[in-house]
Amino acid sequence: MEFFLIFLGAVLVNNFVLVQFLGLCPLMGVSKQVETSVGMGMAVTFVMTVAAAVSWLIEHYILVPFEIEFLQTVAFILVIASMVQLVEMFLNKMSPSLYRSLGIFLPLITTNCAIMGMALLMVQEQYTFIQSVIFGIGAGVGFTIALVLLAGLREELDYADVPVPLKGAGIAFIIAGLLSVAFTGFGGLV
Amino acid sequence: MTRAKADFLRGLWNENPVFRLLIGLCPALGVTSTAINGIGMGLATSFVLLCSSTLISVIKNIIPAKVRIPSYIIIIATFVTIADLSMNAFAPELHRALGVFVPLIVVNCLVLGRSEAYASKMPVGLAAIDALGMGLGFTWALGALGGVRELLGTGELFHVQVMPAFFEPWGIMAAPPGAFLSLGFLVAIMNIISARMNKKTA
Repeated sequence: MEFFLIFLGAVLVNNFVLVQFLGLCPLMGVSKQVETSVGMGMAVTFVMTVAAAVSWLIEHYILVPFEIEFLQTVAFILVIASMVQLVEMFLNKMSPSLYRSLGIFLPLITTNCAIMGMALLMVQEQYTFIQSVIFGIGAGVGFTIALVLLAGLREELDYADVPVPLKGAGIAFIIAGLLSVAFTGFGGLV
Repeated sequence: MTRAKADFLRGLWNENPVFRLLIGLCPALGVTSTAINGIGMGLATSFVLLCSSTLISVIKNIIPAKVRIPSYIIIIATFVTIADLSMNAFAPELHRALGVFVPLIVVNCLVLGRSEAYASKMPVGLAAIDALGMGLGFTWALGALGGVRELLGTGELFHVQVMPAFFEPWGIMAAPPGAFLSLGFLVAIMNIISARMNKKTA
């Protein structure tokens, strides 16, 4: 039950993108088509889950015992960067079409603040190993849901008559705002 | 207009990181519930941007091309750690308000983006000027966003009551959705102003 609450909390109540504002750059960049956004979401979820596990181990078996917590930022970013590199090589082999459509955004997962933010929050909340992994999966799923929802809405938008100054980024932010209103509705859930 | 001046001004308006390039959005939305928080975040980011751009420009010929991105990230992470610890020591209240977003400067695409796109190719002076312009552009954008949200969300500006007494604060502006809505409308306002300016010069 406790694990379920952590998962649900990360997916809906504290949705990383719409409530905590983490991972917004890919949100605006990749959310033009549903298909690419699903691929991006899956890549992020995978990196997040692995990064949660590895950074938990690093925090508790290297940083804390040697009292070098001030190196946390440096250590975590290195872990994440190498994880992204692995995923990139994996996708390049397994699904070249997805690899191409994700383009520049794949290496940019490294600078996706959702992943780094997840690692920092996981330490802040003092989660155990299993809890951290669940939290990582939940955060990734939450990211994917927000991304796919926004992409679906933006696809429809291509046929809508949007005022000129709001075209592109402006209307996308306003839609994200409305989605965020909807997600505040989950507030009392956990 | 000289090269340096153009480089400096570019970040302030035409290539403003938040309103135009749409990068560095997470802190732009996450910490701008008040104008002070926005400006504090902007200055911290400017510090990291200026230091890392300058250093990267100085040692750009030493870094092997294949490992340049990891090298940049380590350099940036070092300055972020300095900023993080200094803020914790000298401005603990601001540090608490910004929370997880201070260490997250390390993954701010603005910093890495400028390192890769500009500082790694340009001489030190221009790289520093570019970083300063981008940093100030980022700071005013966050300040403006925070100001709008603080004014409409609480009726205050810099923690001073400015709205008349009958003004009912719009709670939603202080909540997460308000951040998205304000940014959407500010981007639109920027577009309108730019369109007007272009018309005048044309």
